[in-house]
Amino acid sequence: MSTLLEVSGVSVTFDGFRAINNLSFRIGEAELRAVIGPNGAGKTTFMDIITGKTRPGEGRVIWGEKSVSLLHMSEAKIAQEGIGRKFQKPTVFEDQSVQENLLMALKNNRRWLGVLCYRPTAGDLQNVEDLAAEIGLQRELSRKSGELSHGQKQWLEIGMLLAQEPRLLLVDEPAAGMTPQEREHTTDLLVQAAKTRAVVVVEHDMEFVRRLNCKVTVLHEGSVLAEGSLDHVTSNQDVIDVYLGR
Amino acid sequence: MLRLFFAGLAILCACLTANAQETGLQPILQEHQEIIAKSSRKTIKPAIDAIAASGLPQAQVMLETWAAKDMWMRKSDGLFFAGKKIEGRSYELTDFDTSEVVGTFEKSDLKQLKPNSGVRAMIGTALVQFQLTDPNRAKRLEALKSIQRDPDGALLVPVRASIDNEPDAYLKAQKQRLERLLTIGYDEDIAARVAAIEEMSDDLGVDVRAALNPLVVTTRKAATELPSDVNVALVLEPGSDTLPRAEAYDLLVANDLAGSRMSPGDIRTALAANIDGGRVAGTPVAQLNTDAGRTEAYNALAEAGSVPALVTEADIDAALGAHVFFETYTEPSAEVTAAAEKALEEIELKVGLNQMLDLMLDAISLGSIYFLAAIGLAITFGVMGVINMAHGEFIMMGAYTGYVVQQFVPDHTLSIIVAIPMAFVVTFAMGVAMERLVIRWLYARPLETLLATFGISIALQQLAKNIFGTQARPLTAPGWLDGAWVLNDVVSISYIRIAIFVLALTFLGLFLYIIKRSRLGLEMRAVTQNPRMAGSMGINPGRVNMLTFGLGSGIAGIAGVAIGLFAKVTSDLGSDYIVQSFMTVVVGGVGNIWGALAGAGMIGFLQKGIEWMNPSNTLAAQTYMIAFIIIFIQFRPRGIIALKGRAAGD
Amino acid sequence: MERSFVAKNPSVLVFLAILSLFTIAVTLLSEGFGIGVISTSFVKTLGKTLCLCLIAVAMDLVWGFTGILSLGHFAFFGLGGYMIGMWLMYERTRLIVVESLSQAEIPPTSTEVVDAIGTQIFGVVGSSEFPLVWVFSDSLVLQLALVVLVPGLLALIFGWLAFRSRVAGVYLSILTQAMTLALALYLFQNDSGLRGNNGLSGLQNLPGITASQDVVSIWFLWASAFALGMGYMLAAWIVSGKFGSVIRGIRDNEARVRFLGYSVEVYKLAVFTVTACIAAIAGALYYPQAGIINPEEMAPIASIYLAVWVAIGGRGRLYGAVIGAAFVSLLSTWFTGGQAPDISLGFYTIKWVDWWQVLLGVSFVLVTLFAPQGIGGLFDLWTNRRPPNRHGANLGPDDGSLREKEATE
Repeated sequence: MSTLLEVSGVSVTFDGFRAINNLSFRIGEAELRAVIGPNGAGKTTFMDIITGKTRPGEGRVIWGEKSVSLLHMSEAKIAQEGIGRKFQKPTVFEDQSVQENLLMALKNNRRWLGVLCYRPTAGDLQNVEDLAAEIGLQRELSRKSGELSHGQKQWLEIGMLLAQEPRLLLVDEPAAGMTPQEREHTTDLLVQAAKTRAVVVVEHDMEFVRRLNCKVTVLHEGSVLAEGSLDHVTSNQDVIDVYLGR
Repeated sequence: MLRLFFAGLAILCACLTANAQETGLQPILQEHQEIIAKSSRKTIKPAIDAIAASGLPQAQVMLETWAAKDMWMRKSDGLFFAGKKIEGRSYELTDFDTSEVVGTFEKSDLKQLKPNSGVRAMIGTALVQFQLTDPNRAKRLEALKSIQRDPDGALLVPVRASIDNEPDAYLKAQKQRLERLLTIGYDEDIAARVAAIEEMSDDLGVDVRAALNPLVVTTRKAATELPSDVNVALVLEPGSDTLPRAEAYDLLVANDLAGSRMSPGDIRTALAANIDGGRVAGTPVAQLNTDAGRTEAYNALAEAGSVPALVTEADIDAALGAHVFFETYTEPSAEVTAAAEKALEEIELKVGLNQMLDLMLDAISLGSIYFLAAIGLAITFGVMGVINMAHGEFIMMGAYTGYVVQQFVPDHTLSIIVAIPMAFVVTFAMGVAMERLVIRWLYARPLETLLATFGISIALQQLAKNIFGTQARPLTAPGWLDGAWVLNDVVSISYIRIAIFVLALTFLGLFLYIIKRSRLGLEMRAVTQNPRMAGSMGINPGRVNMLTFGLGSGIAGIAGVAIGLFAKVTSDLGSDYIVQSFMTVVVGGVGNIWGALAGAGMIGFLQKGIEWMNPSNTLAAQTYMIAFIIIFIQFRPRGIIALKGRAAGD
Repeated sequence: MERSFVAKNPSVLVFLAILSLFTIAVTLLSEGFGIGVISTSFVKTLGKTLCLCLIAVAMDLVWGFTGILSLGHFAFFGLGGYMIGMWLMYERTRLIVVESLSQAEIPPTSTEVVDAIGTQIFGVVGSSEFPLVWVFSDSLVLQLALVVLVPGLLALIFGWLAFRSRVAGVYLSILTQAMTLALALYLFQNDSGLRGNNGLSGLQNLPGITASQDVVSIWFLWASAFALGMGYMLAAWIVSGKFGSVIRGIRDNEARVRFLGYSVEVYKLAVFTVTACIAAIAGALYYPQAGIINPEEMAPIASIYLAVWVAIGGRGRLYGAVIGAAFVSLLSTWFTGGQAPDISLGFYTIKWVDWWQVLLGVSFVLVTLFAPQGIGGLFDLWTNRRPPNRHGANLGPDDGSLREKEATE
C-alpha cells in the first residue's frame, strides 16, 4: 500500500509548552486509522498541523504520490489538495439549508469568479440527493441545518466531507453525544468511506474504536506512544500506564 | 585707528574730568553750545561724547532731561537748564550742576531743545553707561535687557567698562556674556572676535546664534571677474543645482549685466500692442493661439524693429559664460567668518542633539497622554473583549466634571484635587450603568457592542452640547503648573506635561497593583480566562465585569481631567482621542497593560518623529502615522505584545 | 437561469416595481417635469437618499452577508464623489475661462487656458499649478473610469493587506476606521491637490448643460434610481447563488469555509472591493446633487452612521438596508432641518435640532438590544418567517457572527 501522507519529526511549541514533540506518522491510500490518547496528548494540534491551521516549528509533512510539502500551503489550498476535516463540535452553516450546505461542499471550482457564476447542474443536484440519502437526510434537504438534531448535524458534516471527495478524511470525535443507533450508523459511514480513501478518526470512546476494527495510533505528550491493532496497543504496558491504567 | 581715537578720547576725558570737577557740567555744555542747540544727528556726537566722558553724576540727569525734551536754553546767556512748566507760559528752570532752582522765565525768553529721534538714540546709548553702573539693580537689569534686545557696537565699551565694578553676581555673569556677544559682532580687533567666537561655540543660547548668524550671511553676486577685495564664501557654477541657469541669468538681469527676457505675458502684451488690421506682422490674430505662432509673429515684429529682440538660448549661454557667480559674506574678515562658520556648525550639532532630546520629551509626554486615554480602553477592550466607542465621551465627561467642579471651588489647586475623584465617581457610575443596561446583553457579539456604544456616544456628545453649549469651556490648571522646566534654550517641557507623565506612571502602578495584588484583579483575570470556570468557583462574573467596566470608565474620566488641563473642553474632546486610543490598544496588543504602554510609547514617538521630519504639517504626520500603523499590523497582527498560542484564540 | 433567479428572489421584482413607481411619482410631482408639488430641493434630497440607499446595499453586502464591519465605506463613497467632482469642476471652469479669454485681443494658447483654469480652481489654496492627481480631469471618460478604479484599487490594496494578515472582527473595523481617518486627514491638507478643506464646489452645475436645476435634479433622480436598481439586482444576484452561500458561511464560520477549500481571504477581498466600487458609484451620483464635497464628508463618523442605517433597517437582507438608509436619513433631514415641531414640556422645550442626535443614539441602542433584525424584521412577522429552531450551540466561534440569541429573536 503506497503512502498518502507522511508526517515526520514534527514539533510545535506554544509559549514554551511542547504540544507536539518529534511526532512521526504515516497513512496509506485506503486505510482507516484511529488515533487515541489522553487529553492534552496533542490530537487536535496534530490535525491542525496537517490542515495548515498551525505551523510546526520543525519537521516535514509530505503529501501524495508527488510528495509535495503541505507546510507552506494555506488551509484552503490543503483542503483543495484533498484533505477534509470534521470538527469536534458539529460545525455546519446553520443559517443555510442542508442542500446549500452540501452544494457548498461539493467538489467543484473553488475560485471566486467561478463560484459567482456557478449554477448547480442536474448532476450536482443528483450528487447532493445521493449524499443526503447516504447520510439519511434526504427528507431534510430544504430545511435549515440549524433545525437539525445534534446527530443529524454530525452526519451532515460527514456528508459535506464526503461531498468534498477528499483523499484523506480527518474526523474529530464523530460519535460524541450520539445515541447508540446513531453511533452505529456513523461507524458504517466511516468504514464505508475508508474503502476508497484514507480516514483518520480521533476518538476517546474505546467501544467505538473497537467497532471500527482498524489500526490504532496512541498519542501521548505530543508523540506516538504505540501503534498497532487495538488489542496490541491495549496490552502495551506504556499505554496502560499513561492512559488506560488511570 | 579707532582705538587710537578712544585712547585719545580717554586722555581728553581725563583732562575734561579734571576740568569739570572744578566747573561742573555747564562749561562742557557751553563749549558745545552751538551744536547742542542745533541738535543734528551728524554733528552732535562730540558734544554727547564729552558729556558722557565727563563722568559727572549729574550728566545722567542732564541726558535724560535732554532726551525727554525738557532741557531749555536761556536766550539771554545761552546757558542750559532743566525746565518745568509752572503755569501758563512760564517755566521754572533748574541748574544741572547745583540742582537749584534758578528762577521762573517766560517761554519767549527760552528755547526748548527738541532732539530728533536720531539724536535721542545717541543720547540713549550714552545713557547706557550710566544705567549700567546705576546703583539701582533694577535699572541695571533693564539696561542689560535693552542691550540684549537691541545690541549695538557702540555699547561694547560701556558694557565692558561696567563689568568690573558690578556687585551682583548674576548681573555680572550676564554682563560678561553680553560683552562676549558684542565682541563677536563689533570688536575692532579680529583676534579678539575670533577668540570670543571660539569661546562661545559650545553655548546653545539663542542669543549666541543670533550674534553669529549675521556674520555668515551671504549675498549672491555676479561680475565679469572675481573681485579680490571681498570675502568670498563660494563660487557658483551656473547650471548647477544650487544655481540653475534661469536663476543665474535672472541675477545678471537684476544687476544690469544682461538684457531681460520676455515672459509669455510680455510677448502677449507686445503682440496686442501691435495689432494692425487683424494681423500682427502679417500673421492673422486668430493664428496666435499657440506659443510657436506667437514667437514667430514676435520675431517678425522684432525684425521690423518695433519691439526688442527675444533673448535666445545662445545669448543666455554667452552671458553666463562671460560672468562669474559667487556668494560673498557681508562681514569683511575671512578669519571671523571662518570661525563663525565653524562655531555655528558645532552649535548646530549640539542643537540637533538637544532637539532630539526635546523631541523625545515631547514624544514621552504625548505617549503618556495616549496612555492615559487608552488605559481605560485597554481594560475594557483587552480584558473584557468589549469595544467601547463611548470611551471618548467618558473622557469628555471627566473633563466637564472638572469644569463644573471649578465653578463651585474657585481655588484651582483644591478644585483639581476634588475634580479627580469626582470625575472617577461620575464616569465609574456611568460605566457601571452602561454595562448593566446595554453591554451585559451583548457579550459575545462584539460588533453589536461596537455599534450600541457608538449610539451611546453620539447621544452623550449631543447631550453635552445641549448642556454646556458648543463653545469651549476652560479647565484652568493651578498656578504652580504654569510655566515650563527649561533645561536650556532648546530643551524645555511644561509642568503640565510632567504632571501628566507622573499621572500616567501612577496609573500604571495602580493598575498593576489592582490586577496582580487585589481580589478584584484576581477575579478579573479568572473571568477573562474562563468565565464558566470562574463562575463555578464562586466568582460572580456579572459583578466582575461590571466593576471592570466601571474601573476602565473611571480611569477615562480622570484622563479627561488631565487632558482638559491643556486642551479646550468641548463636546467633541473625546472623539479627538478615540481613534488614537484604539490605535494604541491595537498596536500594543490586546489584553495587556504593557501592550498599551508600548503602543502609547510607539505612537507618541512615531507621531513626533514624523512631525519632526515634516515639521510644516501635523495633518500629514497623522496621515502617515496611520498608514504606518496599518502596515505595522501586517507584521504583528496581534500587536507588539501579543498573547501566543492557544490562549490567543483564532 | 434568469427565470430561476427572479423566481427565487421575488423580493427583487417587488423592490424594482416600488422603485419605478416611486421614481415616476416623484417625476410627475416635480417642478421640472410635473405639477410642481415637490420642490426641486426636495427632489435633490430624494435623489441623494437613493444614493445613500445604494451605499447601504453595499454595506449590507459587506457587513450583513460577509460579516466584515467596515467603517470605511464612506471613504470610497467620498472618493467616488471627488473623482467625478474633479471633471465637473475642471470642465465648468474651462468653459468659463475660455469664455472670458475669448474676449481678449489675442486668442489664448492652450497653456494659457490651463493656467487660467488652475488659477481659478487652486487660487483658494494659494496655488495655480495642477497637481498630478488632476492629470485626467479634462476627460470625462477617464474620470468616470477613475470613479470606480481609484476606490476599487484602494479597497484592493487595503483589503489585501488586512485580510492577508487575517485581521478580523473588531480589529478590522478599527483598522478601516483608521484608514478613513487617514484619508480624510490627508485630503484636509492643502497640498493634497484636492483643495484641502475647501473641497470641490459648484458640482451641481453640469458643464455645457443649460437646463435648469429643476430638470437636472430629475435627471439625477433617474440616474440614482437606475443605479440603485442595478446595484440591488447585482447584490441580489451575488447573494442568491453559491457565492452567497460561501460569504454567509464566512460570516458564520470562517474557519469551516477555509477547510472546505475556499480561500476565505480572496472572497472577502472580492466582496470588499466590489462593494467599494458600488459605494464609489453611489458617491459619484450623490455629490453632483449635493453640489459640494469636502473631506469632512469622509470623517469616520459618516461610515459609522452607514452601519447604523443598515442595522436599523435590518442586516442580512438587502431591502432592510435600503429601508434603513431611506428611513433614517430622511428622518434625520426632517429633524435637523427644523421641520419637526418642538415639544413643550412646560419647564423645557425640546428642540429637535438639538435633541435628534440623542434620540437617534438612544433608539440605535434600543434597536441593537431588542430588535437586531431591525425594521426588516417586521416583514418576518408579516410573512411569518421563523428563524431556525436551534439546540444549544452557538452558530460559530468567530467574532461578529450571528449568535444564537440574535437568531432566535
